Amino acid sequence: MATGHFIEGIAGGRLSSEQYADNFSDLHPPLDHHEALVESDRCYFCYDAPCMNACPTSIDIPLFIRQIATGNPLGSAKTIFDQNILGGMCARVCPTETLCEEVCVREVAEGKPVQIGRLQRYATDVAMSEDKQFYQRAEATGKSVAVVGAGPAGLAAAHRLARHGHEVTILEARPKAGGLNEYGIAAYKSVDDFAQAEVDYVTAIGGIDIQNGKALGRDFQLADLIRNYDAVFLGMGLSGVNALRADGEHADGVANAVEFIAELRQASDLSSLPVGRRVVVIGGGMTAVDAAVQSKLLGAEEVTICYRRGQEDMNASGFEQDLAAANGVSIRHWLQPRRVVAENGKVVAIELEYTAMKGDKLAGTGETLRLAADQVFKAIGQSFVPAHLNGSGEEIALEAGRIKVDGEGRTSLSKVWAGGDCIFGGDDLTVSAVAQGRDAAESIHRALTSNGRA
Amino acid sequence: MADIRNNFVGIKSPNPFWLASAPPTDKAYNVERAFKAGWGGVVWKTLGEEGPPVVNVNGPRYGAIWGADRRLLGLNNIELITDRDLQTNLREMKQVKMNWPDRALIASIMVPCVEESWKAILPLVEETGADGIELNFGCPHGMSERGMGSAVGQVPEYIEMVVRWCKQYTRMPVITKLTPNITDIRKPARAAHAGGTDAVSLINTINSITGVDLDSFAPQPTIDGKGSHGGYCGPAVKPIAMNMVAEIARDPETRGLPISGIGGITTWRDAAEFMALGAGNVQVCTAAMTYGFKIVQEMIAGLENWMDEKGHASLSDIIGRATPNVTDWQYLNLNYVAKAHIDQDACIKCGRCHIACEDTSHQAITSMVNGARHFEVIEAECVGCNLCVNVCPVEGCITMEPLAAGAMDERTGKPVSPIYANWTTHPNNPMAKVAAE
Repeated sequence: MATGHFIEGIAGGRLSSEQYADNFSDLHPPLDHHEALVESDRCYFCYDAPCMNACPTSIDIPLFIRQIATGNPLGSAKTIFDQNILGGMCARVCPTETLCEEVCVREVAEGKPVQIGRLQRYATDVAMSEDKQFYQRAEATGKSVAVVGAGPAGLAAAHRLARHGHEVTILEARPKAGGLNEYGIAAYKSVDDFAQAEVDYVTAIGGIDIQNGKALGRDFQLADLIRNYDAVFLGMGLSGVNALRADGEHADGVANAVEFIAELRQASDLSSLPVGRRVVVIGGGMTAVDAAVQSKLLGAEEVTICYRRGQEDMNASGFEQDLAAANGVSIRHWLQPRRVVAENGKVVAIELEYTAMKGDKLAGTGETLRLAADQVFKAIGQSFVPAHLNGSGEEIALEAGRIKVDGEGRTSLSKVWAGGDCIFGGDDLTVSAVAQGRDAAESIHRALTSNGRA
Repeated sequence: MADIRNNFVGIKSPNPFWLASAPPTDKAYNVERAFKAGWGGVVWKTLGEEGPPVVNVNGPRYGAIWGADRRLLGLNNIELITDRDLQTNLREMKQVKMNWPDRALIASIMVPCVEESWKAILPLVEETGADGIELNFGCPHGMSERGMGSAVGQVPEYIEMVVRWCKQYTRMPVITKLTPNITDIRKPARAAHAGGTDAVSLINTINSITGVDLDSFAPQPTIDGKGSHGGYCGPAVKPIAMNMVAEIARDPETRGLPISGIGGITTWRDAAEFMALGAGNVQVCTAAMTYGFKIVQEMIAGLENWMDEKGHASLSDIIGRATPNVTDWQYLNLNYVAKAHIDQDACIKCGRCHIACEDTSHQAITSMVNGARHFEVIEAECVGCNLCVNVCPVEGCITMEPLAAGAMDERTGKPVSPIYANWTTHPNNPMAKVAAE
């Protein structure tokens, strides 16, 4: 009887418990004290540093690195948290290779940037392990703010609002806070239940009440919030998953990558988590890579990412693509799904059509390819579902299907701000969501206190 | 192949690399290992007079400062002279010299500043077959509180007196080791010279406190909560030592007096620099104490390689070659004009040149040109100070380019004069000498 990788169909227990533990250990293990000192010494303390300008939250990177180098990791952590209260998670999940580290002058000079992400993790780990809180709440303002969604945007907004003395209520649909930090990140990028530890660290400032299991449009309405609170921040992310638009996509074995990733993060026993022997992931972004790599790490024999455009168009960074390749995932380009082939209701293969650019449009060439698959993951993007917002009052203005906001996060409704993936113009990054939540909170604070002076 | 054999005041060694009088040369075991590794000579750790041995502290003797990756940059010590019995040392020295006749073996000596003490010890040392003696007038800690070491080295008259005794009571060459803990190194060198010394060696260690423990508020190294200044050495002291070597080498009173250069020598290049400034050979300690005796192999190979590349046949081709180029500030050519130049291909755009110049110097480097991050020298503001070169992390990216005679200096609006002119004749100098008619 076939065992391990070679069990047909979708099955759990493909690996030994040691292999599971090893496969899902920290992708970037923390720097130890000496490593942090050596690495921090590599920073040139650039003038008008490119890394700082590349950071969506504008962390003063040269300063925090210098503080590590001079034996002041707590000061370093404060420099980070001043700009980004979720600096611990961002240190783990930021695609630094396309942000700060991409523009590090040492990357430019020698192809080896200062490991800013790992240094940031070092400093924030020190502060969090000591449970060092840097901020005290200002005197109570008597104002209350509702935050919808306890993801990165909502948590960043809540912390900043609480700091300014407002009372914050976070309404979160899922059983746990953290949003994509908790449910949407590959397990090996954030181990040891870090997302929950960070939620605890952020909310320790006080004045933040998180109510789980409360979904907008189901358990409460936007109009209620506008009526009952002085301001509302919407940070509920994206709840829709784009369809494959391929025949037979409802067959058993076709699943959403985001749900697979969430399930994996929540699993207490990875061996109980079934995965196909042959897995095909449709998509070209971080989610596709996370799903593909984790399938492989769970013991799938053969994992293929199929992306409908070329390598240069993939949203997954070069680092992510290399990570996939290093884990034995094949990435195939210029293929779009046509038909899911099922037998007895279960997927057995997927039929794809080759694509090519015709002028500036992507089109199928007519040539097809059939890949055996007992599991197919859809990772072709998520969408904002506006229905939950509306119906209870004035409609909120959208832009390209997401909430329209101005430069400081104000929506078309006077008491409502928004940030994170649900707004138009973002880049679907944790760190950008943090920046938007933080900045919206400052805008809310100004509005509630006559320019911050009340 | 370059010949790096060394003849220093008649003491021959296969190379110019000696181990300085210090812990690495305290006993036969270490010295044997050093000679096996290739060291040309050793100055045996300082001998004291007969009697109860010296005692050392029983806690930390060394303190240090570090650079990146905990690279040791400076070391300090509060160890005293040898704490072993004089006869044991003499017996071992004699045996080692017999085992290694081609290597130099020098005895460092420190006894009270009375004639009888020196008169008593010199024959004992001579009997070992040692090639010479070095008078330890340098140690700045412990022994100096008892009127020895730097307590002697800080009083030129004492130096001259002791050197005279030594010259009188031994046929061995006398090397006088100088302390840097004085205002003008030329004074003790002149005194040693006047006393008839065959050579001077310098520098000994510098008074120092390497750090303070901010929990106990105790200086480091710390002995039961207290600390005492120790002697500082290692790479950090090299510039200080080289200046002192050059000062003696170019002083009209001591010119030609052989110098054994000491102070932070870690590589062949350091050694070559000391010798270029006038040292006839060099002594090493901290580098060996940091990395072990094997480093001498790099020094030998590196020196030979450089000499071969440059066509220097023997050490006499390089010793003192830089000495004539060491001068007083007043003789520097004020008509020499250089401007910084940034190689844009090499520039990694860290901006350190800009902020150093902008915040602390002459506002002569851009940060933005046509809306783009770009660092370039504004020649009309550049005084040629070299700060940007020194802070640039990329070697060779910023260079100082001299302006040719006749070229326009955009800062002064005047063409560069082809004529050498220094402060002594400058119109702004109230003491300016009128050129001879």
